[in-house]
Amino acid sequence: MIDFGYGITRSNRLNLDEADLSLARKMARREKSFATCIGCGTCTAGCTAGHFTAYNPRKIQLMILNGQTENLKEDLKKCMLCGRCQMLCPRGISLRSLWSKLYRALDDGRKTPAVTRDIF
Amino acid sequence: MGHDIDNIGTNPLTGRRRVWKEYQKVIPSDKYFYVRSCIRQNIFPASEVHFLKIMRETLGKDVYENPHHTTCSGIGYHSDVVPLETSMTIVARQFALMAEAGYENLAVSCITSFGLYTEFLETWQHFPHIRERIAENLYKATGRELVLPKCVAHASDIIYSLRDEISQKAKYRLVNKNTGEPLRIVEHIGCHYAKMFPSKGVGGAEYPCVLSGMAEAWGGQIVDYPERRQCCGFGFRQYLVQANRGYSISNTKKKFDSMEPYHPDAIITNCPGCPYFMDRWQYVIAEMEGKTYGENGFGIPVLTYEELAGLVLGYDPWDLGLQVHQTSVEPLLDKMGIEYDPSQKYKGIGGKDLGRPEEPRVLKTELCPHCL
Amino acid sequence: MKNVVIIGAGVAGLTAAARLKDIGYNVTIIEKKTYDGGNVASWDRLFPDSRRASRLIDDVRRPLGEGVTIHYDQRITSLVKMKDGRIGVGTESLGIIHADALLVASGFSLFDAHLKEEYGYGIYDNVYTQADLESMFSSGKVLTRSGDIPRRIGFVHCVGSRDEKVGNRYCSKVCCVTAVKQASEIKQLYPDAQVYCFYMDLRMFELPYEDMYFNAQKLYGVRFIRGRLCEAAEKMDKSVILKVEDTLAGQTLNLSVDMLVLMAGMRPASDTARIATMLGLHCNKEGFLTPVDIFSRGNETEVDGVFLAGTCTGPKTIPQTIADARSAAIRIDEYLKKRKK
Repeated sequence: MIDFGYGITRSNRLNLDEADLSLARKMARREKSFATCIGCGTCTAGCTAGHFTAYNPRKIQLMILNGQTENLKEDLKKCMLCGRCQMLCPRGISLRSLWSKLYRALDDGRKTPAVTRDIF
Repeated sequence: MGHDIDNIGTNPLTGRRRVWKEYQKVIPSDKYFYVRSCIRQNIFPASEVHFLKIMRETLGKDVYENPHHTTCSGIGYHSDVVPLETSMTIVARQFALMAEAGYENLAVSCITSFGLYTEFLETWQHFPHIRERIAENLYKATGRELVLPKCVAHASDIIYSLRDEISQKAKYRLVNKNTGEPLRIVEHIGCHYAKMFPSKGVGGAEYPCVLSGMAEAWGGQIVDYPERRQCCGFGFRQYLVQANRGYSISNTKKKFDSMEPYHPDAIITNCPGCPYFMDRWQYVIAEMEGKTYGENGFGIPVLTYEELAGLVLGYDPWDLGLQVHQTSVEPLLDKMGIEYDPSQKYKGIGGKDLGRPEEPRVLKTELCPHCL
Repeated sequence: MKNVVIIGAGVAGLTAAARLKDIGYNVTIIEKKTYDGGNVASWDRLFPDSRRASRLIDDVRRPLGEGVTIHYDQRITSLVKMKDGRIGVGTESLGIIHADALLVASGFSLFDAHLKEEYGYGIYDNVYTQADLESMFSSGKVLTRSGDIPRRIGFVHCVGSRDEKVGNRYCSKVCCVTAVKQASEIKQLYPDAQVYCFYMDLRMFELPYEDMYFNAQKLYGVRFIRGRLCEAAEKMDKSVILKVEDTLAGQTLNLSVDMLVLMAGMRPASDTARIATMLGLHCNKEGFLTPVDIFSRGNETEVDGVFLAGTCTGPKTIPQTIADARSAAIRIDEYLKKRKK
């Protein structure tokens, strides 16, 4: 193998044609208010977890829509389910319901430990 | 009262022609002062020679060269080592040389030079005080007067304007001799040709027709592919620093991946850097990832427009310098039905043996044992 | 009876004509095209309540009755302010008509989407404007060029609006709402289609518009992506591949659509500059006619007896145009009554 001293970089563009949007479709069915996000960021600004971690509820919505689900579950664990986001949301999105349904949807087809099921 | 449903939009050709009409520049047919490119003289040396041959011998045009012409310094300017004012003064000197030789039309070999000349002329037009300062620099440094050219044409503009004359004298056409089908040609336009000043490019910047016009006039068919308008990734700071070349190759690969489904028979270019890297990267990509883009493990031949014009006119492929390409051009020569002597490929002037390059591991060339 | 001449038989011209006729003036409309209704005539349905455009034009036309003369297919050749205070309106076939007051209601033209070359309108098979889509809705056939049902449709907002590159820095006001309307209509037609709107800001300024947006999201599942399309290219299957940044996610996206619909903005109608020059009216830098004062004298010009109504002074919705035209009619009446004395 020749060492050229450089390599080929993968494109950082997201190809929506090839993205797996099954979670987005699932969430659109399970929590209908989810569709009405306007990206205002009120939820993120008021988020308890977001003050100390990179947790960003507004972006989680976009990650669902763009099919970027790899780290979603880990991210979601930062949520304290305090409900501040839902209280503030100007579109009336049921965010607590969204987070719990999302957590469950990410576990679809897998056996979820009872304790997690109970929390979410 | 609604629109006629059948007339929504227009057919694509009419659409492109409409755009092209907006961007027709005046290209004099004769009497040019020719300025060479720094790197093309090294990487595709025969291209510039054949521009002159085609212009002077085949078409009987007056093209003058002055050995005192230097680099335009664009390569240094874009690499952050030559300041703008220095570049402008150097360019002013080229214009002065042209005027002294009695010419008014500049024929530029390099795309970046063309972009730089165009940009400076535009700057001087809008900011006369800068032009005055540069004229003063030029006078102090060389005793020469700044005279602006009447026309700055890229050499590909000139070949474009003479494409039909070339077609009339053509020995070969861009047609597959076995199937009779037009060859599928991908055009790649250098970024500095028209992206900065769309009005200075034939056909504008989005749908330029400078190269597609040539290919179609000579019998080929242009394929448009999604990443057509993107830069080849050459850059300046990018390829100059080895560790940065990943940006360059990744950009070119993106283009290859996008054009691959159209099975192009050749890529033609009008920039110094693009053909070089589109040619060389096919070898590197094949080594790195085992991926090749042409038929049967070959690459897609990448040609300068002078090389393509030369082939069409019946010049010998090895005189055209096609042996310096790393991606073999033989698949294209065979499709066009061009007669060539494989044994002469690596022979220099007077039959001197130039030596054969090392055989690539993945990319097939005529050296590949399976093809011999 | 005093004569009022109106330039343009669009919604503004027709509305003002009806009011002026009711008050008792002799009204003549000079129309460039061979039909009335202006741009609205080529529309299918209108926001916010999806009423038929043809019904709206009927409603505007109905009160005209017999008392208003419309001359179609006319080109104005001269506009002269005469010594007696009247305005001479010259056309090729009608000669000079003497107007005691002139109302300019010359309207708008859609931005020529060809000028956004990177979007490929007129070049790629499946790139359309909102006007093309309205024609398709009218004909009942919303299909791709090859006659297939589109599965993915993209709407690009602000084509030729808020864009210095094409010389239009302003917002055309109605395109966002039109995109939301058309996106919802597409979903009514094809519930399984995926519909994307690419916007920079969504300008849902009137009371019902935010609900249209909300419903487009909730009822129709239209995906709104904040980002301006950088370029469109054609794929082998004639679908259109788009490059856009989802600016809220900070993520560049590639996606392909079977139909791309460009929301072309509003430009002053092509004859606006000519009319302005003949009469000595002021145009702003965008080329729209400017009234004396946008707050208190929105229908008046510096030229005595010449008035303005509708989108010739800038982008407007239809309800705004109707209100503006009525206001112009009242203002003309005040002017003519004052002159009588």
